[in-house]
Amino acid sequence: VLHTTRPLHTTQQSLAPVPPLPEKGGEVRHGLIPEEFFQFLYPKTGVTGPYMLGTGLLLYLLSKEIYVVNHETAAAACILTVIIYAIKKFGPEVAAFADKLNEEKMASALAMKNEAIQILQTAIEEEKKEQWRVEGRSYLFDAKRNNIAMLLETNYRERLLMVYNEVKKRLDYQVAMQNLKRQKEQDHMIQWVEKNVVQSITPQQQKESIAKCILDLKALSKSAHAAV
Amino acid sequence: LPAAVLLKDTRLMDVKLGQLGTWLAMRDFTPGGIKGALRRGYDRYYNKYINVRKGGLGGISMVLAGYIVLSYMWSYSHVKHDRRRKYH
Repeated sequence: VLHTTRPLHTTQQSLAPVPPLPEKGGEVRHGLIPEEFFQFLYPKTGVTGPYMLGTGLLLYLLSKEIYVVNHETAAAACILTVIIYAIKKFGPEVAAFADKLNEEKMASALAMKNEAIQILQTAIEEEKKEQWRVEGRSYLFDAKRNNIAMLLETNYRERLLMVYNEVKKRLDYQVAMQNLKRQKEQDHMIQWVEKNVVQSITPQQQKESIAKCILDLKALSKSAHAAV
Repeated sequence: LPAAVLLKDTRLMDVKLGQLGTWLAMRDFTPGGIKGALRRGYDRYYNKYINVRKGGLGGISMVLAGYIVLSYMWSYSHVKHDRRRKYH
């Protein structure tokens, strides 16, 4: 159940960007005592105050044997000597190594961040390009319209041609019909005339015409002999 | 005139000596409160000395020194018998 009367997100706090880590930690003197203690005593006792306090405290602990010197003290002294020697000798190297590890981690994280930013940047540019491309859609539609108009025109002309062809075919048919009819009439008439003429030639006329033809031929042959 | 801060909200270093008793009585001693106080103390120490870019030796050495002192205090009744002199 969400209590809607409770105000949400009233403060300015946000989780990102995270503030960077501080460079160095709090100052510690001699590896044991924080610097704030020295600063706390500085106004009243100056620079040597805390050291005096330390010496006095140590002497008090020893003299009252609140700190007892026994075998453990000897062991502690040896161990501390070795530890302090090791730290003084190998400290800087270890610190450099740790710093190098840190640097590598930071560098890889930074590289990832930069790469992500780069990818997003290219994505933005691609998007802008797409938006620019969209502006050209009017040209696309004009081309399409032209195509369609051409198709319609072609179709119309094809149909026109078809109509013309069909009409011509029909008219040709009519013309051919008329020609045929006239030819048939002519042929029929010629045949009828020939038939009647042949019928009208009597046998008497046939003999006379044949005798005439023979006389003509003889005459022609005589003239032909004379010519040769 | 600065706004008067309730005694409950003052920090330890700003409490006057006479008010120390009342201030201590007003602190939260429930288990949740003690847990919160320990968590705050740990966070303060951690963020100041350990959670930094170039942490030094002091971060852990102070913890170890504190542990040494605490263990000495706990075993003092046993160490008492190694004293060299009876009267100080």
